[in-house]
Amino acid sequence: MSALLFLIPIALFLGGLGLAAFLWSMKSGQFDDLDGAAERILIDDEEDAPEGKDSDQSATR
Amino acid sequence: MSEAVLNPYIRPVEGGLAEAELLVPSMHCAACIARIEKGLGGEAGIDRARANLTTHRVSVRFNPKALDLDGLVGKLGALGFPATPFRAAVDKAGTDREARRLLIALAVAGFATMNIMLFSVSVWDGSEMDMGTRGLFHWVSALIALLGISVAGQPFFRSAWEVLRTGHTNMDVPISLAVILSYFASIGEAMRGAEHVYFDAGVMLLFFLLIGRYLDHRMRAKASDAAQNLLALKAVPATVIEADGTHRTMPADEVEKGALVLVATGMRVPVDGVVEDGTSDIDASLVTGETMPVTAGKGTKVFAGTLNLNAPIKVRVEGRGESTLLAEIVRLMEAAEQGRGRFVRLADRLARLYAPVVHVLAAITFLTWWGLLDAHTGLMRAIAVLIITCPCALGLAVPVVQVVAAGRLLMAGVLIKAADGLERLATIDTVVFDKTGTLTMGELTLLDPTAIASADLAFAGGLAAASRHPLAVAVNKAASKGRMPMFDDVREIPGAGIVGFHQGSEVRLGSRKHVGVGDDALPATGPELWLKRGDAAPVHFAFADDIRPGAAEAIATLKAQGIHVMLLSGDRAEVAEKVAGELGIADWRGGCHPDDKIAALEELKAKGAQVLMVGDGLNDAPALRAAHVSISPASGSDVTQTAADFVFQGKSLKAVTLLLSIAKRTKRLTLENFGLAIGYNVIAVPLAVLGHVTPMVAAIAMSGSSIVVVANALRLRRAKAGEEAA
Repeated sequence: MSALLFLIPIALFLGGLGLAAFLWSMKSGQFDDLDGAAERILIDDEEDAPEGKDSDQSATR
Repeated sequence: MSEAVLNPYIRPVEGGLAEAELLVPSMHCAACIARIEKGLGGEAGIDRARANLTTHRVSVRFNPKALDLDGLVGKLGALGFPATPFRAAVDKAGTDREARRLLIALAVAGFATMNIMLFSVSVWDGSEMDMGTRGLFHWVSALIALLGISVAGQPFFRSAWEVLRTGHTNMDVPISLAVILSYFASIGEAMRGAEHVYFDAGVMLLFFLLIGRYLDHRMRAKASDAAQNLLALKAVPATVIEADGTHRTMPADEVEKGALVLVATGMRVPVDGVVEDGTSDIDASLVTGETMPVTAGKGTKVFAGTLNLNAPIKVRVEGRGESTLLAEIVRLMEAAEQGRGRFVRLADRLARLYAPVVHVLAAITFLTWWGLLDAHTGLMRAIAVLIITCPCALGLAVPVVQVVAAGRLLMAGVLIKAADGLERLATIDTVVFDKTGTLTMGELTLLDPTAIASADLAFAGGLAAASRHPLAVAVNKAASKGRMPMFDDVREIPGAGIVGFHQGSEVRLGSRKHVGVGDDALPATGPELWLKRGDAAPVHFAFADDIRPGAAEAIATLKAQGIHVMLLSGDRAEVAEKVAGELGIADWRGGCHPDDKIAALEELKAKGAQVLMVGDGLNDAPALRAAHVSISPASGSDVTQTAADFVFQGKSLKAVTLLLSIAKRTKRLTLENFGLAIGYNVIAVPLAVLGHVTPMVAAIAMSGSSIVVVANALRLRRAKAGEEAA
């Protein structure tokens, strides 16, 4: 039964990780356009994807 | 270009940049997204463009010093995507936040339910578990439940508190009570080291209910999103001519009284006003239901929503005084709204009955067992009753059916605008149609083109190409199969017709007066045009408004279902009679003003009829509000679409019968779902009262009944194939 002492925290931690990942992805707008997300995988080159441009915006501007 | 920053369509962002949203309805695939984002992203002055396929909007961040809104629309147009500037409504951010809050609550409830279940199932199995481990499991569960309930329970607690403060009760009161009581009672049980705790039941309850809430909210948000897109497409920006002669584009509702507005050829008039300069034909079919355009010159009143057909005009804006047509329509709409009476949704009626029953039942259980045994047993059993009766299945019963129905309708091109529209639609027994633009297409076609010599038709068609007048468009369409001659020096005379020269000889197309035909030449039966080539005898063209495809079938289907069909038209009585005759409508009235239509509806209502009104014109808007439930085609005016409960796209009137059949099936499935949920209560509540409901039984009963209800709702989707064929 002593195995429980670390198995329980691990289980909770992993579950919490999933929850945090979901909340983060929602906050960052990844659920705003589900239809678009399904289609975007078909676009060939994503090197100048808006996300990339967003993050290095300070460099370009 | 500094004016662009002041433009209400544009929002300034950091770094001296600006952001605008553009509505692009024709965007529908990955290739479109790539073309728009790369095409715009490569342009000078544009920082980034992001397309959203779900809402069909593109948000562009650009440098307002290098570009303006018209430039952006032009660039999108050059890429092959016609765009409209979009100004999101003020409350948009509010609904977004609400959806996000519900989703976060749902995620937390899901997380908490799963993790507590991890412990609960081990405890229920519990064959080899000692007291200490069980206690540990209970306390860990209590910790997770505390987090889950305090986050996920908020939407319910808040709503329950709101109604309790006003001295009423709703479904959220027993829910909140069950969740909070079960939590604290379970803490007490865990302290005593007892076997049964209800931590899992509380969060599971929240989880299922939040699914229902979220679906309900998302469906409504989607409907209002679609409605906003429709309106934005119709909203014409006004071009105001400033005192110094410069032009400025602004939203029509921000134009001030007394301003001078330029209306280009082929554009809709954005404001109510008086023509100050220019003469043109005005197509008012959306506003009055009259198919034929009228000529407007200096001093003529023109109304917002009408179409300027042949020449640019300048309009002096009038205030929204009592004398304008729109003000009259709005006044009638407000009056009709008050007469409609509040419709109480089935679920709300049930909830009103349900909440007190649940409270009383729980109280009786508590008191009885307190009397028979002790307070502790009474409390635990009362909590079991609250948990069992809590409307998991009831909370899902309506939203799931609604979401499935809305999905089906969206595929058929029908938008739901009123959340309770389907429910109201299921009870109707009378359908009232408007004529122009509803039963008919609202556009004229040439009668009997084969009877006209092909050379005459070709000449008329060629000349008509120069005009946007509905009659000219119809002639041009009829002649488009053959070759058409070319003309020189073509002029359009508003209110009269077109003049042009072919190889030196004059050709005229237009009214009797325009070609010099006397009134006695041929009795006028309807819309007509005359063609005169040089000195040859004038040729007569007659026109009629085409019946909408599917109209005859739709009316036959309605009649077969025993529904009374009626026609109320603003057009002349002869025209109304003709259409009614063709479609087999026995009950018709012509020449109706907006208030006549309302009076007719009141008359029907007094006889106890539940009326569905189908109409498209601004003149129908009050009647749409006065009716029990209403449908408008997407080609209708914006005011009409705002007033209607449903909007259908596409040409066929079959959408009306499809809508009706789906509404009826939705109601039946909803009732079935209620039946299932109540049946489950009838079985489970006595068990709870008698104390046989352990946490495990509660968990199984709750999830089981929810799954049954969802599965039943999905049947609406499955029976699709047969219905489409029928």
